[in-house]
Amino acid sequence: MKSIRNTALGLTMGLAAATTAMADDLTIAIVNNGHMINMQKVAEAYTAETGTKLNWVSLEEGVLREQVTSDTATGGGQYDIINIGMQEAPIWGAAGWIEPLNFGADYDVDDILPAMRAGLSHEGTLYAAPFYGESSMVMYRKDLTDAAGVVVRDNDSWANIKGAAMAMHNPDKGVYGACLRGKPGWGDNMAFVTTMVNSFGGAWFDADMKPALNSAAWNEAINFYVDLLGNYGPPGSEGNSFNEILALYNEGKCGMWIDATIAASFLTVDGVAYAQSPNAGNAVGANWLWAWAMAIPAGSPNAAEAQKFIEWATSKEYVKAVGMHPDFGWGSVPTGQRASTYAIPEFKAAAKFAAAEMAAIDSAAPAATDVKPYVGVQFAAIPEFPEVGTAVAQEIAAALSGAKTVEEALAASQAAADAIMKEAGYYE
Amino acid sequence: MATVTQKSKLSNVLWPALAWIVAIIFFFPIFWLVFTSFKTDADAVKPEFLFRFTPTLENYTNMTQNYDYWKFATNSVITSTFATLFALIVGVPAAYAMAFDPSRHTKDILMWMLSTKMLPAAAVLYPMTFLTKNFLGIFDTHFLVILVLCLINLPIVIWMLFTYFKEIPKEIIEAGKMDGVTTWGEIKDILIPLAWGGIASTALLTFIFCWNEAYWTVRLTTIDAATLSKLIEGNRAPEGLFFGRLSAVSTAAIAPIVVLGWFCQKQLVAGLTFGAVK
Repeated sequence: MKSIRNTALGLTMGLAAATTAMADDLTIAIVNNGHMINMQKVAEAYTAETGTKLNWVSLEEGVLREQVTSDTATGGGQYDIINIGMQEAPIWGAAGWIEPLNFGADYDVDDILPAMRAGLSHEGTLYAAPFYGESSMVMYRKDLTDAAGVVVRDNDSWANIKGAAMAMHNPDKGVYGACLRGKPGWGDNMAFVTTMVNSFGGAWFDADMKPALNSAAWNEAINFYVDLLGNYGPPGSEGNSFNEILALYNEGKCGMWIDATIAASFLTVDGVAYAQSPNAGNAVGANWLWAWAMAIPAGSPNAAEAQKFIEWATSKEYVKAVGMHPDFGWGSVPTGQRASTYAIPEFKAAAKFAAAEMAAIDSAAPAATDVKPYVGVQFAAIPEFPEVGTAVAQEIAAALSGAKTVEEALAASQAAADAIMKEAGYYE
Repeated sequence: MATVTQKSKLSNVLWPALAWIVAIIFFFPIFWLVFTSFKTDADAVKPEFLFRFTPTLENYTNMTQNYDYWKFATNSVITSTFATLFALIVGVPAAYAMAFDPSRHTKDILMWMLSTKMLPAAAVLYPMTFLTKNFLGIFDTHFLVILVLCLINLPIVIWMLFTYFKEIPKEIIEAGKMDGVTTWGEIKDILIPLAWGGIASTALLTFIFCWNEAYWTVRLTTIDAATLSKLIEGNRAPEGLFFGRLSAVSTAAIAPIVVLGWFCQKQLVAGLTFGAVK
């Protein structure tokens, strides 16, 4: 009996001891996307040079947020570096959940695209370094527009966009005029819909942070969206988001696609041309702005080492390391972070979309304005936004599928958003 | 009016046909998952390509290149095995005491144990994180995962074993007592041999529950003790669900447990249907 007890005790203590991580290791929580997966290979050189062992933990976005918040609430220490998006960076920076970043002169912080720096800062302090960034643009089939005798211009009017979609739309031949996100989710359909509403002069909230989903701009924008996608989009669009449309586009089934600039690097069909996002006349952000960035959670015992790694992973040298890596090359470098990347001839030769992408990022306007009293283009940088966005996303998808009228969907959206904002204490 | 022979013929056709339909419906998700794992992400989202596609091992190659599958799998085996073992070590004597020497509070205790399963896990996430990370220092260890898996499955283990043990005539245990057998002897030499089938099916079900547990295994681990649930969770991309690669990871994660279930289906069915026809 005694020997069994001793064996069990020894076994459990042994297991616990064997799993204690080394103190100078860095534990990095990442979201699962191509650039971050590639980084694990490229960073082998960093480990070889510095001796710092890197432990990568791939997490789903929601779980990552949950783990970081629970870790921070309990004093931190679970992760040394975390991947966060532009929606969280200013909020978490203001809350003190992530450390401010101070880089040396060699890092050339001024080389980071101004829109990215602004979106990842709070009151002028940078809290997260962009690993890659994106905006949105029109990716259209020049061969189809030429054949149909239509032209898609930079910042075209929505009426012209609809005209082009109509001209290219040929469902009998399996070609749909416009492929747009329809799957419900604040980062899915609402990313596109919000930029569309912005361009019609609408915003999520008014100056008192009361939801403005019952405004004329929302009504006009959603009616246009439902009409455009319902009549000239692929069937079942309410189930399509980024990767579903990517598959359709690469099969040659889409005349145009308005989505993340990063999509351009995955397109395999011939004859793709790019244009800046359409606008209905409003100067406030017709194209979105997003970055996946690296931050140091408060309480990390290896904050100094973590900062060194972030400095390397978001540097010009890292971009070159990816470009010259035998497994990747210049078509795979992270874009949307540094101006210098867009000046590299090898990159420009490999990425035909580079100029359009940089122009889109440069013209994105995340700052608060009179029309849009919050930071963010396709989202509002407030903690409640994911909940509000998800509720509204369901309603917009219902309008798109025909389950509700646009008016019913917007009335329900307004009521849901109002309840969330009231409960959060923005107003009584 | 249908004759007995006609009825019997109808039953011979109808019931097996119904059973096949139900089996196909239940099996379809597994079939779809395995099939999809051999498709590219682009093919995976095309419903018209359910059967017509060029099989590829790309998703499996990427999985093994980008993740240490064997580490996750080893952790799943270690944590599920020890959690099941410890749950039985605690559960067998507990169920024995409740079945053969019940007190007036036994039923209440059983109900209370079951009621702990009703507590939403999210409600204790922060206290659990704080206790295990800051106070006990066992966050992200096999020991913690084994402990948690053992404790969350213990009510089910005790309930199942209690039901099996109740079927064993009390007189056999009493006869052992009269022959001077100790309590440990009663459990080891009488109870376990008699209830071996029930214990085996309880162990199998507990192992499956431990293997599939995702809430705590994802949230109480970082790297060292992360199980296959965390590998699946980490493959959900921000751009959406890439079904090809997710299916490959899921297939690789469930394969060991499906194979185990296949070989032990007799015991599993016996365990799941025990007491259903009394």
